[in-house]
Amino acid sequence: MFDFDAGKYGPYVWPAYAITALVIAALVLDSLMRARRWRRAAEAAANDGAGAS
Amino acid sequence: MMIPALANPERFMAFSRWAAPLFGAIAVVLLAAGLVLDFRAPPDYQQGYAVHIMFIHVPAAWMSLFIYACLGGASLLSLVFRHALAQAAARAAAPLGAAVTLLALITGSLWGKPTWGAWWVWGDPRLTSVLVLFLFYLAYLALDASIEDDARAAPATSILALVGLINLPIVHFSVTWWRSLHQGSSVFRAGGPAMPATYLAPLLVMGLAYMAGFGALWLVRIRGEVWRRRALARAVRRAG
Amino acid sequence: MSGFAVILRRELALSWAGGGGPLLALGFFVAITSLMPLALGADAARLAEAAPGLAWLVLALASLISLERLFERDYEDGALDLIALGPAPLELAAFAKALAQWVTTQAPLALAAPVILAALGAPWRLAPVTIAAGLVGGLGFAFLGGVGAALALGSRRGGVLIALIVLPLFTPPVIFGAGAIEAFAAGLDWRTPLLLLSAYGLAAAALCPFAMAAAARNALS
Repeated sequence: MFDFDAGKYGPYVWPAYAITALVIAALVLDSLMRARRWRRAAEAAANDGAGAS
Repeated sequence: MMIPALANPERFMAFSRWAAPLFGAIAVVLLAAGLVLDFRAPPDYQQGYAVHIMFIHVPAAWMSLFIYACLGGASLLSLVFRHALAQAAARAAAPLGAAVTLLALITGSLWGKPTWGAWWVWGDPRLTSVLVLFLFYLAYLALDASIEDDARAAPATSILALVGLINLPIVHFSVTWWRSLHQGSSVFRAGGPAMPATYLAPLLVMGLAYMAGFGALWLVRIRGEVWRRRALARAVRRAG
Repeated sequence: MSGFAVILRRELALSWAGGGGPLLALGFFVAITSLMPLALGADAARLAEAAPGLAWLVLALASLISLERLFERDYEDGALDLIALGPAPLELAAFAKALAQWVTTQAPLALAAPVILAALGAPWRLAPVTIAAGLVGGLGFAFLGGVGAALALGSRRGGVLIALIVLPLFTPPVIFGAGAIEAFAAGLDWRTPLLLLSAYGLAAAALCPFAMAAAARNALS
């Protein structure tokens, strides 16, 4: 059903998919982690402000 | 349209809270479907198995342009309306655009080697335009990084984005013109005269998957920007 | 009109003074061109063939020299604030600055280019088209360079940042300029690329001052 026989094109096709997967994974992780980090910082700053005053 | 409604940061945060995961889920489903269609497609008569690279190269190249257009649009709004959310959107799009442009270049190179016999073809207008586009993204990121003050960075980077956007079609035109002189090697044009459905289907689905993925990640990054500004603003207020 | 003449004269003087002017860019131009045969090998035919493109590229790169100073001095000593607040629009001052840059850097480079080409073995008959290309293309390089200089105002790694901003934008004039000279050398249609180059240069001169002024205002805020 699926054709995975790359033959002589293997050294080109699989690295292309691997790099794509890697970059996409990195983008997803970076975006989520970054957003989470700043969310925590914003909430911490809000709490600190509320606590201080 | 929707944009004025979203311009309010609170409303944007409420919207993106459900929209981002939704787009993400759609992206995952489309990606799965796209990959299924991809690897059920038979090898091409000319390119052989290398045709499978087309399904991740063309969407990346398309997104590199689309994201730059989004970057330009957001920059224009930021410049004209001095809107912080617009600037956040521009800033958030840039790394995504740069990454996907790099992917387009790398996959393009890996596609080119077995099909055209060369890792790089200077004669191809699209490849060269994408390379210059990558340099535009780098310049944007470098300028953004060099200015610490958010208020100052916004107009500067927005101006640069717009200058780049205006120049992009000119760059493409100039490379196309140049190529018309230097015949060079025959360049495989994606799909040729008419792409068969077995190739068109995975290509479109993957294209939509990349779009949905961009939508999700862009929203996530803009949310991060909003929180960043809130955190900084609150820190300033506390100190003051 | 006389107001503009005053502004222009000032910019020309600024541009020329302080070890700037054409000498720096010309020196760079000559130095790199001297290294070219050493890097490419002394094969005369090959050098002559590559000469137009290489010389044009080096001309573009030489345009980057002294771009950093375009706004910097006025920015640092407060003159830019005064200009921005003054009666004349900042766009006009920006136009004058870039025009002065063109006069003191681009024009000398354009005139020197045929000499460099000849040194690399290209024929002297290329001189007219090279000078023409250097002059109109130089408009593009000077005005785009001005945008880069204004955007990078106040940042520490000014020179490198300007190069990164400006070099990709140089792509069309690089292509058209080299194309014009090479087409002339090969006996092909050189008018089209030269016209395209002129159109680009004039458009840059007309539009870039707005971007330059906006960027300068932003840096002053």
